[in-house]
Amino acid sequence: MSAIRRHGTTAAALLCLAAGVAATCAHGQVIHREPSLYQTVLVTERGATVCLQFEARSDVRNQSCVDRRRPRRLVLPYTRMLLGSLLLMPDPETILVVGLGGGVLPNAFAELLPDARIDVVEIDPVVVAVAERFFDFRATDRMRVFVSDARVFTRRARGRETRYDLVVLDAFGSEYIPEHLMTLEYFRETRGLLTERGVVAANTFQDSGLRDHESETWYQAFGPFIDFTRDVSLNRIVLASVAPLADPSTVARRARTWRRRMEPYGVSIVDFPKTFDRNPRWDRTIEALTDQYAPANLLRSRR
Amino acid sequence: MFHARPIAVHAAAFGGGFVIMSLELLGGRVLAPWFGGSIHVWGSIITVFMVSLAAGYLIGGRLSLRRPSLDKLAGAFLCAAVLLYPLVHLAEPAMRWIFDAIEDPRYGSLAASLVLFAPPTVLLGMISPYAVRLLVRTAPESGRVAGTLYFVSTLGSAAGTLGTSFYFVLWFDVDTILTGLVATLAILAAVAFAGGRAR
Repeated sequence: MSAIRRHGTTAAALLCLAAGVAATCAHGQVIHREPSLYQTVLVTERGATVCLQFEARSDVRNQSCVDRRRPRRLVLPYTRMLLGSLLLMPDPETILVVGLGGGVLPNAFAELLPDARIDVVEIDPVVVAVAERFFDFRATDRMRVFVSDARVFTRRARGRETRYDLVVLDAFGSEYIPEHLMTLEYFRETRGLLTERGVVAANTFQDSGLRDHESETWYQAFGPFIDFTRDVSLNRIVLASVAPLADPSTVARRARTWRRRMEPYGVSIVDFPKTFDRNPRWDRTIEALTDQYAPANLLRSRR
Repeated sequence: MFHARPIAVHAAAFGGGFVIMSLELLGGRVLAPWFGGSIHVWGSIITVFMVSLAAGYLIGGRLSLRRPSLDKLAGAFLCAAVLLYPLVHLAEPAMRWIFDAIEDPRYGSLAASLVLFAPPTVLLGMISPYAVRLLVRTAPESGRVAGTLYFVSTLGSAAGTLGTSFYFVLWFDVDTILTGLVATLAILAAVAFAGGRAR
């Protein structure tokens, strides 16, 4: 009986941890609720864990969580996985994060890479205000926040000749994908924002009828990419680069270098390369998503 | 008894409503790569459609005073088709130009909506009042005739909305759907033209 209950609790906790893009976690007490033009932004508290959530039609999912007892620890697995991008780009001087959430990831980058200049683009001003008020996010000279649609920002940035060593795409909610941010043209525009050694890391979905379409789209924009998944998460991280991808031994060496510094964040980076799939398979005849054909949400609902 | 004339007019009203809403939904798709998916982009699109339809109603009502005919209605559809077609080829350069000229994405998306969607939408707005005039014979029946036409054209709008958002975007490219709308307008012109000749 107690074993079953323990299992049940573990399963619930795992589901809860696997939140972000894919899983459900509607627990905790709501300590702040703020409607915006795009969604209702919730801040929930459960024990020492404070989470930012977007209220969706069917349920509520976590976008960002912070453990107040260990504020550096990245609570949500997908946030930890996104730090795996540093295995392909260990010393980015400039970083662009698309989608702020609670600002947990930009904060981690800022601490880990004190010399890096970080730009964040977020469409929803309420999210920025909530991140500042509840998640210790601070915009500074080297951490700039732009309230803008990512596509518009990308075009303007290209026009200004701005380039980034690392671009992290974390703009998809659990229920709705901004479809103009999942097209070949957008991926190519993002590629155009990268330096010659630039790397892109995209947080996306593991299951769904969208996966093959998305893989084909990444492939057409970047060529071979790494498909990074972990058992603890329902998310999938796509890692791609302008130059050929770093080879496995280089990645393993970098993982060992990062290991110590990643510990406070709860990131077991040495394990990451084990599930770097360098030969992801999909139906190569499938259509890539484009500005002309971008029914990402409809495709996703086809399992 | 077969009444070709009212059938043609009602078909025109249904088709006009269908194309208006299908185009409005595609508007979001056309603008998103340049102006994003922010709420102001939808605000721009809806504003331009409302203003264009309003202008169309006014113009259509005025034109109905001068020897109204199904041939002229056919002409309106043909003009709408001609004004819609450039969207397939000229939307990209037009939006590039506006994007470079106007920094603020609110006014950029408003200008782009105006340039791209207003011309055909004004024409499509002319259909309803003009169609009322073509079918009304006596003052007492005018309300019923107008009511039935609004009913038909609004059902057409509902069909255009559902078809586009549920199915067309899943089956076709945006440009293919737009070309299909141009073809639909041309067919409606033919239907109106034929209706004017039927006995």
